[in-house]
Amino acid sequence: MIVMKKMKLDKNLKSSLITYGMVIAAYIVMQTLVMTDNISSLMEGLFVPLCIYSIMAVSLNLTVGILGELSLGHAGFMCIGAFAGAFFSKCMNGAMPDGIRFVCAILIGAVVAALFGFLIGIPVLRLKGDYLAIVTLGFGEIIKNLVNVFYVGRDANGFHFSMKDAMSLGMEADGEVIIKGAQGITKTPQDSTFTIGVILLLIALFIVLNFINSRSGRAVMAIRDNRIAAESIGINITKYKLMAFSISAGLAGVAGVLYAHNLTTLTALPKNFGYNQSIMILVYVVLGGIGNIRGSVIAAVALTLLPELMRSLQDYRMLIYAVVLIGAMLFTWAPKAKEFREKYSPKRLLALKKAQKEAK
Amino acid sequence: MAMLEVQGLGISFGGLCAVDRFNLKIEKGQLYGLIGPNGAGKTTIFNLLTGVYKPNNGRVTLDGQNITGKSTIEINQAGIARTFQNIRLFPKLTVLDNVKAGLHNNHPYSTLEGILRLPKYRKVEKEMDEKAMELLKVFDLDGYADVLAANLPYGKQRKLEIARALATDPKLLLLDEPAAGMNPNETQELMDTIRFVRDHFDMTILLIEHDMRLVSGICEELTVLNFGQVLCQGKTSDVLNDPQVITAYLGE
Repeated sequence: MIVMKKMKLDKNLKSSLITYGMVIAAYIVMQTLVMTDNISSLMEGLFVPLCIYSIMAVSLNLTVGILGELSLGHAGFMCIGAFAGAFFSKCMNGAMPDGIRFVCAILIGAVVAALFGFLIGIPVLRLKGDYLAIVTLGFGEIIKNLVNVFYVGRDANGFHFSMKDAMSLGMEADGEVIIKGAQGITKTPQDSTFTIGVILLLIALFIVLNFINSRSGRAVMAIRDNRIAAESIGINITKYKLMAFSISAGLAGVAGVLYAHNLTTLTALPKNFGYNQSIMILVYVVLGGIGNIRGSVIAAVALTLLPELMRSLQDYRMLIYAVVLIGAMLFTWAPKAKEFREKYSPKRLLALKKAQKEAK
Repeated sequence: MAMLEVQGLGISFGGLCAVDRFNLKIEKGQLYGLIGPNGAGKTTIFNLLTGVYKPNNGRVTLDGQNITGKSTIEINQAGIARTFQNIRLFPKLTVLDNVKAGLHNNHPYSTLEGILRLPKYRKVEKEMDEKAMELLKVFDLDGYADVLAANLPYGKQRKLEIARALATDPKLLLLDEPAAGMNPNETQELMDTIRFVRDHFDMTILLIEHDMRLVSGICEELTVLNFGQVLCQGKTSDVLNDPQVITAYLGE
């Protein structure tokens, strides 16, 4: 009995270690390629976005796969994190060492996004299924549009807010506008590097994987599987739903901070924080496997690289992209494909070989 | 003092009086049966006792503690655990994790301790594993610990649900039609299990059942419910021979 328990514990740990190892291995490979100058600068520019989308996919998988609620507004939390982090960096630029400032910006982005996740979660998590999806979609859009009309400036007297225009901030001559409505935040310090991105991705994985394999994660999954039964054994439904949703939002906020510090100009456009972005991240999650954290990372990386790798195909690349998506979905979910995979899975073949050997 | 005492419990949905002036008294360690025709209000009573519905009137006392109108979670913590007529397991969790979910409240550590894998996490998880395996062993499920609950055969799912309920360390166990869908052999096995649970865990058990063989085999006392009202109450043999019960439920 004791041996079995140990095996069980090791199984979770092993799976987590494989995930971390995979990320680190990919990091080393890419760094080597950069060092030996074997990679185009275009590809190099994709490294930080790869980390950003991987973190987004991991965090959304916590909501979709573990909590079991379809959220279509995840880019909204990324937007909050991005603006909170960039705002802090802009204010504090020069006031403290760059490294510490960036770490603080990340923490602030995470906390603010998690706070919004908590506040939005209170009404939203009372809903189920399609309704929840539609309301989260709405919240995502609201956040993006609100940020677009937000003006914040700073002068000797402190901060000024307005939702009309930069003029109505009523600042003194030396004042500086930090958030300029639709023009967003300009000249954010560019702190994001591939190394920091990978470290953040590892931290996100560590948090999510350990959360799933703990008492709280079990409670969240119990709620996902059967709410009434979970309540009957005394699990506090609201608490654990909100907890998972806030953690998920907070991690999206981290991705947002990373995003903000990767660009010189941060604006809330439909392209980066809108509905399409949320759906894109959902595609990573679904393709990688709902509830499969490692899969989300792989899918995010593959689907971000794919359009770039096929750049030479020009207009046809989106067509191929779509075909790849459909093919992957079929391979994962079609009953025949499932049968095929089970028949030829390496695990089964190994077991068969072993059985044959023993039979001899 | 009685383990469970129910006085004048009643609820109506719109104009329909589902349960009316329901009284019940179960002593500690008793195996008590609640029977009655379909739609008599048996499951409604379970839902009232566990806080799924709030009663319109009446009073429920568990081991001297007034639990009337409390929430499901509070009632579970006060010491009532239940199973469901249509099995409600956590299908995508393993058998072991199903039971560990039941241990949730009595083996606490904070989320942060879980994420950071602090010593308390290891210690409590180890305790949980041991306790859960112990419970699974009682129900002969220890060989299935790593199997997903959805993949268990039907009879074993019923047992797992009882194991999960027991994991919350209740004083009173409510079983809603535990033998539904079982063949005579499985029912026989289930009767032994229920008796064993009562003796081994020193448990008080209230069960709803239609299988008269099981009811007459293990229940010491019975309450017969008809149209939301108590038709008859008392020793099993007396109740089952009552002419009123025979007309209403068993058929002449």
